[in-house]
Amino acid sequence: MKKKNLLKSNAVQSLLASLICIALGMLVGYIVLLFINPSGASEAIVDVMKNFFNFSSPAKQVQRFGNTIAKTVPLLMCSLSILFAYKVGLFNIGAAGQYVAGACASLYAALAWGWSWLPCLLLAILAGAVMGFFVGLLKSYCNVNEVISGIMLNWIALYTANMILTKVKEVASPYTMYLNEVNESAFLPSLGLGRFFNNNQYVTIAVPLAILVAVAVQIVLDRTRFGYELKATGNNKNAAKYCGMAEKRNIILALMISGALSGLGAALLYQTGYMRWECTQSSVPGMGFNGIAAAFLGGLNPIGSIFASYFIQHITDGGAYVDKSMYCSQISDLISSVIIYLCGFVLFIKFTMNKMIAKREEKAAKALAAQAESKEGGEK
Amino acid sequence: MLLLIQYTLIFSSVLLLVALGGCISEHSGVINLGLEGIMVIGALGGALVMRNLQTNSAFVMILLVILAAVLAGMAYSSLLGVACINFKADQTIVGTALNMLGTAGATVFVKAMNTAANPDDVSSTIQYIEPKKMFLFKIGSLELNWFMVVAVLALIAVYVMLYHTKFGLRLMACGEHPQAADSVGINVLRMRWSGVLISGALGGLGGITYILAGVSEWKFENGVAGFGFLALAVMIFGQWKPTRIALSALLFGLFRALSNVYVGIPFMYALNIPSGIYNMMPYIVSLIVLAFTSGHSRAPKAEGIPYDKGQR
Repeated sequence: MKKKNLLKSNAVQSLLASLICIALGMLVGYIVLLFINPSGASEAIVDVMKNFFNFSSPAKQVQRFGNTIAKTVPLLMCSLSILFAYKVGLFNIGAAGQYVAGACASLYAALAWGWSWLPCLLLAILAGAVMGFFVGLLKSYCNVNEVISGIMLNWIALYTANMILTKVKEVASPYTMYLNEVNESAFLPSLGLGRFFNNNQYVTIAVPLAILVAVAVQIVLDRTRFGYELKATGNNKNAAKYCGMAEKRNIILALMISGALSGLGAALLYQTGYMRWECTQSSVPGMGFNGIAAAFLGGLNPIGSIFASYFIQHITDGGAYVDKSMYCSQISDLISSVIIYLCGFVLFIKFTMNKMIAKREEKAAKALAAQAESKEGGEK
Repeated sequence: MLLLIQYTLIFSSVLLLVALGGCISEHSGVINLGLEGIMVIGALGGALVMRNLQTNSAFVMILLVILAAVLAGMAYSSLLGVACINFKADQTIVGTALNMLGTAGATVFVKAMNTAANPDDVSSTIQYIEPKKMFLFKIGSLELNWFMVVAVLALIAVYVMLYHTKFGLRLMACGEHPQAADSVGINVLRMRWSGVLISGALGGLGGITYILAGVSEWKFENGVAGFGFLALAVMIFGQWKPTRIALSALLFGLFRALSNVYVGIPFMYALNIPSGIYNMMPYIVSLIVLAFTSGHSRAPKAEGIPYDKGQR
């Protein structure tokens, strides 16, 4: 039997393309560091990649590993959100705003109304879905480009969240009140998972939940009629309509689900108590935008997203460990944005790979043919 | 009231410049979602000149700042050109990447520069208190900025170029039907490159105008607060036509200016609306406007689709 060329498989190509993007992104980051200050550049890029390994004690390392995982959860949800919409042909850059809406809803419900964790979570999902609904409505009925309406809604969400959450903020600081002082019941249950991470209280049910959601997204997109309809709408809206699919409804639903995923992501972070909302912040949190990087780096596959999200969060956290007297932590933002830029070239990379394979096969076939000919000649 | 006019004019100039950039790029067939990042880089270029140039001549200062912003914007937009025109990359992804890269890159750069000058300074701020004064002139008690004049000149130039020159008409042909344009001997790729580079130049100009609008120092971590996208909304509302873009820029500029000056207008202050609402205004207005105007879009037909010679 003929051996199948491993390089020909789409999954392998996606993985290779992502690895190339990562390598080039890191290289660009390294070059930038070299320009800023050549003496510490190698050390700094290693610090970024080491992240929690920068601590010497294993207990500290495990605990920080837990922190990174806790922050990977919302990033994964945002990347699933981007990915889900992208499969329907929509670029949901409004994920950042949907994330803000989720954070606002869950924190306000927890702090002002004293809700327990599950209702807070559900409210966050609802808030994200409502934001997505607006984008979908504008897209399907008013033909508004979802990128532009998404960006506008991001800013509207940010200012609204700042206004609402100011009501539950501490008197002395711009931050919202501590969850553990006001309403302990809003914390996500830990299921004892924190024990594996040196009693890190931020590792909660959120982690397995996020992975389950990733698997669910994969199943919905690949194995259900609904997912098929969504993808068909994404590929050709008019053809889908012609086949009797409700293309307008599909677009709205897709964006609502996408928004719900982002909103859930925010709740899964803020309800661990890892972070508090700063009511004076003047820029939209980067989580939604980093989700774009994670989604494309994961080859637009939910399972790939899990690893890509972890990687992005790993280097984002790693940025905190660079030598601050020379560099700044934004170097990791720079690296992830370079990676997104390079993801634009993925199609080209795959095309080149296929071309190379085809060339090599042609050569091999020619050589084989020539061999056979010369053999025949010898026998004569 | 004077203050309101003043702010409206300056914000309108920003929106006008950037929207014209977007308009030219889209007429050539490339959606430039990276305008936001281009603005940041253009602003960085201009701010660096203002910081380092020692001159008493306002003319030299203005000229060099404009030149720096334009060159920075063009250089940065070539990243979009390479990816989207030559490598046929997805224009949405690349544009978004450029926006993120613009803010991240400018922050890293400015922080490195500040830290090198003074190890205790880890801010991402560039100050330009003195040079800023050179950009202002007065008519009566109305304080105007030279960039308003630049914006008007750019409007006239773009209008004439698009509708009354061979180059402009060819450019628009590449955005409507590139295959047809190619068949009569127009180099589509070169036209699209010119479109992207011109939009980079105008975006860079818009960026430096934006950071000169109200304040006299700029923190590059903040980016430009969605102005690149507001400009795209202005462009859509203006139906891709320069004169209508100018009018809609005035409208959007007014709403943006309100959030800066509403405290000084007695009846608005008396309404006691929280400042957050005023901050949201431009974005809400643009959503409403887009909802009503996007239906019969006059967008160039081939925008966003990489040119493939094989499809002729």
